[in-house]
Amino acid sequence: MIATYLKILRTPKTVISTQFLSCQKDIVRIGLQIEGKVKKLFCGALAIREVDTGSSNAEEQELSALSNSYYDIERFGISFVASPRHADMLFVTGPVSRNMADALRKTYNATPNPKIVVAVGDTAFDGGIFKGSYAVYDGVDKIIPVHFYIPGDPPSPSRILCSLLEILEMCDGIRT
Amino acid sequence: MNIIFFFFQILFVLLFSPLCIGVIRKVNALMQSRKGASIFQPYRNLKKLFHKDEIISEDASWIFRIAPYVVSASTLVIATSVPIAFAPAFAPAGDILVTIYLVAMGTFFLALAAMDTGSAFGGTGSSREMTLAALAEGGLLFTMLVPAVIVGSTNIGMIASRIGTLSIFQYAPLLMAFVGFFLVLLSENARYPFDNPATHLELTMVHEAMILEYSGKRLALLEWAAANKLFIFLILAANLFFPSTISGAVFGITLIVSGLLTLFKSLILAGVIALIESSIPKLRYFRLPDLLFTSFVLGVISLIISIAM
Amino acid sequence: MVDVIIQNGLAITLVFFLVGAFGSILFQKSPRICNAWSHAFAFLGSAAGVLFSAMVLVLGKTVSYQQETTLPLFEISVRIDPLAAFFIFIVSIVALCTSLYGIGYMAHYHGKYNLGIFGFFYNVFIASMLLIFSAQHAVYFLLLWELMSLASYMLVTFENRTEGTVYAGYIYFVMTHAATACIAFAFLLLYHAAGSFDFDVLRANADELTPSVQTAVFILALIGFGTKAGIIPLHIWLPHAHPAAPAHVSALMSGVMIKTGIFMLIRFFLEFSHPYAPWIGSIILLIGAASSLLGVLYALCEHDLKRLLAYHSIENIGIILLGFGGAMIFASLGLQSFMRLSLVGAFYHTVNHAVFKALLFLGAGSVAHATHTRNIEEYGGLIKTMTWTALCFLIGSMAISGLPPFNGFVSEWLTFQALFSGISSGNVFLTIIFIAGIASLAFTGGLALACFVKAFGVTFLARARSNEAHDAQECSISMRAGMIVLALLTLVFGVFAGSVIPVLSHIVQSVTGFSGHAAALFSTSTTVSVRNQFASISPPIIALAYIGALIVVMLSVYSVTRRRTVTRGLTWDCGTPLTRRMEITATGFSRSLLMICKTFVRPLKNVHIQHIDQSHYFFTFQKIELSFLDIYELYFYRPIAVCAEYVTDRARKIQSGNVNAYILYIVLVFICMIVWLSLSNV
Repeated sequence: MIATYLKILRTPKTVISTQFLSCQKDIVRIGLQIEGKVKKLFCGALAIREVDTGSSNAEEQELSALSNSYYDIERFGISFVASPRHADMLFVTGPVSRNMADALRKTYNATPNPKIVVAVGDTAFDGGIFKGSYAVYDGVDKIIPVHFYIPGDPPSPSRILCSLLEILEMCDGIRT
Repeated sequence: MNIIFFFFQILFVLLFSPLCIGVIRKVNALMQSRKGASIFQPYRNLKKLFHKDEIISEDASWIFRIAPYVVSASTLVIATSVPIAFAPAFAPAGDILVTIYLVAMGTFFLALAAMDTGSAFGGTGSSREMTLAALAEGGLLFTMLVPAVIVGSTNIGMIASRIGTLSIFQYAPLLMAFVGFFLVLLSENARYPFDNPATHLELTMVHEAMILEYSGKRLALLEWAAANKLFIFLILAANLFFPSTISGAVFGITLIVSGLLTLFKSLILAGVIALIESSIPKLRYFRLPDLLFTSFVLGVISLIISIAM
Repeated sequence: MVDVIIQNGLAITLVFFLVGAFGSILFQKSPRICNAWSHAFAFLGSAAGVLFSAMVLVLGKTVSYQQETTLPLFEISVRIDPLAAFFIFIVSIVALCTSLYGIGYMAHYHGKYNLGIFGFFYNVFIASMLLIFSAQHAVYFLLLWELMSLASYMLVTFENRTEGTVYAGYIYFVMTHAATACIAFAFLLLYHAAGSFDFDVLRANADELTPSVQTAVFILALIGFGTKAGIIPLHIWLPHAHPAAPAHVSALMSGVMIKTGIFMLIRFFLEFSHPYAPWIGSIILLIGAASSLLGVLYALCEHDLKRLLAYHSIENIGIILLGFGGAMIFASLGLQSFMRLSLVGAFYHTVNHAVFKALLFLGAGSVAHATHTRNIEEYGGLIKTMTWTALCFLIGSMAISGLPPFNGFVSEWLTFQALFSGISSGNVFLTIIFIAGIASLAFTGGLALACFVKAFGVTFLARARSNEAHDAQECSISMRAGMIVLALLTLVFGVFAGSVIPVLSHIVQSVTGFSGHAAALFSTSTTVSVRNQFASISPPIIALAYIGALIVVMLSVYSVTRRRTVTRGLTWDCGTPLTRRMEITATGFSRSLLMICKTFVRPLKNVHIQHIDQSHYFFTFQKIELSFLDIYELYFYRPIAVCAEYVTDRARKIQSGNVNAYILYIVLVFICMIVWLSLSNV
């Protein structure tokens, strides 16, 4: 036990600081306009709920990498929560298979206002590699209104993180 | 006059309880070689939750709507009487048994509210929480009884003010009782190894499962009440079992110093909780009664030793 | 004027009940008149009883009345001392509310059963209990005891077409008569020692009993009155009989009739024979500890709401016996002030249990009538249609779990304090026994809380689990009124504890003769404190603080979140549609606790599977039965029954049917008598 503690103390910090993240400003705002004051609310504390609507799980792997000690999303006040009732933002991945359409709608309805919907990955934007299949609706915006989209198949954790920071900065900018 | 004092105690507990949660999360993060959120993050979370709308299930009744208020009120009533800086002669919840049963009142309503939604998660969470709460009662009572018997009163304030005047031999049973009380603290506040407060797996949740259906201001009230409960238990652990720093005077700088010392002791204990969380796994559910029974047995043994002395 | 009322109070009360009883027989052709008549007169009688006993308690007088009869060994002797008045008060106040409830409840039985008989036995039952508390002569007492048992048997078997009711009545009948035999034997032993059946003479003779007689009386009284009270292992009739009776009769039986056992235990062990050795009090305390723990564990297993409440009665009798046993230990050690503390706790819990148990049974009855089933797994969502019943049941649940500021908390607190006083007084064994008592009380409190979360939650909350529950309607106004009065009483007895305790101390003084100073227990109108500030609580201040905190929280949250909206939506179900089968069941709720305590509860699982042909994987029929091993029947009653059968089988040989053998028996007994008489003359 003591050896573990000493090892923890001796391990150098590996958290990637924000200026070293290669930030590409690839955000596409789809759908509704959000009132300025709504975005203000999320400064400092953002609760995210992941919804997987039939994706290849690649996006989920990248999303779970956000909580490790390299990217450490928690330091920005962002956390992943267990229930859409607790969430401010929905990360939707996957092209929305027919089986998950109802579940996605219920999740959206279960999230209290004000909320932001972010489609993560190319499949969530327009179906991606599954585009045109009979088993999917091509893209999340066919089922629920989407506010932002993070491109990539899958987007790397640094791109997700940068995009999130851009979203939060947008709310910062409007406040100042 | 007393009411103003109780009001300040309530403010103290309300103000600093999210800080304890923040400290625990920060220490956890540091142990994982991360940076983690700042220790003031829980305050931002609460502020955000108060500004959100709420969605309430159609199946829920007035019990669901009233439960967060009842749970918060019970923590506030206990907060008026915990020994932070000064122990008044008479406080509403000044007796050990009143404290235990007011905590039970909060648990009762939270469990009912969880069942009120009709979802499987709430019902399972209720069942698990009530099982653990029922089994923890014995340990809680006996470990709190030990300092009461040593000092000669079950009044919390009196225990806190007199616990510093003991001889070194009387501390041995008190230390054992403290270990038992700490186990019950972990159980009642849903910490490792009893419960993982950050889990997403509903089948393993105990406390979190009960608040899955809450949103907006009611969720904020419940999170704050949970933080209050943790802080209250930490204050009790800090001031009932260790030489406390309760001042004798009502006014003056000593009061502020005592309050800060109590806060400091509580934060150290919070750090210990975080250390434990980072070191051991969460135990399987049916191994938890063994732990609770251990705390009960520790309480009984230390009680017998302290009577024999 | 007051004196007139006190002198004749009991008679007036009895007149009301007798008129109610015979009137309902008279009007049995018309159920509506019958129902109203019997319950109205029961109501009036109980009101008179409340008034009369309250006056006796407050004024502190004692009323006596004696009537010689021509029958030998039998005289009607009535004495109402503060203890009797206290119990009469309990009966009357519970009967008041149940009679109010009964008018609406029995309306469901119009045309199905004979309400005239019911009204008759109902009034006789309450009247007999009132008379039992005031009886002063052993034979008179036994007659009344028998009357009470018969009346309650008739009431238990009232719904004789329902399955299981007749069996319940039969078990109750056998157990109560076995108990009466023990009680009669105990009285005979006392008579033999004192020379009279009168209670005053027995009281005066209390110090002169030999230890063997004392022990024998102790065991017999414990078995006899313990059966009536429902201590483990003599409790088996309770879970059958209490649910079988109509709801308000169950309330009376559970709230009051089992207290007659406690009442006579108090009389026996504190008045008729004292002082006792500490080990006798320890036995009572340990029985109380076992009853409370096992009672609540069995209650957790139940999914019939009324059986659950019946097991909780056993638990609360255990708590009363904890206080009582502690009192006897303190009496034997000479610690009179602690004895007073324990007795006050036990008495307080008696009245509190009567009130909240009656409330809970009335609530269970109204739920059962609205949904036509007693199975808790078919309830659910009733809070939406039966709001008043739900509120009253919630208050009852909070009271029985001992949550402040209701009445259960104060009496449990007093019992705790009494037990705390015991751990540092006396030798090691007594310390350990007191610690066992505290442990059982602590765990009982927690387990009762869990059980009532289950009971209230599964019955009233979330969605309905069956069509009957979906269509349930709120009960009639008289039923609601009965429950609401009891709910208010739980609050009153909780908040105004400081005013109740001096009355109880006075009762203790009259029973034990101890009127020492208030060191161990001191109460003002707002505070109750024990042992020179070892502990003190103030129930009204807790209540006020709670309400104040609630208001402060609500106001501050409202002011901050005024502009937020609250919408209704579906329950979050992870995307799958929720059906009624997805809600937590009562069995599932308590399963984990029972698995943890399986050495005490002994759960069994029987699986019957019928496979298709030779396949082990597919089946046509599967039935799984979850049940519990009845260890009392297996290890306690069955051996006794087998022994009794064996002995009686052998003894039957005497009845050979041969007249010559019978003449031989007479001659033999005659010769033996002559020999014995001549020997004793010499």
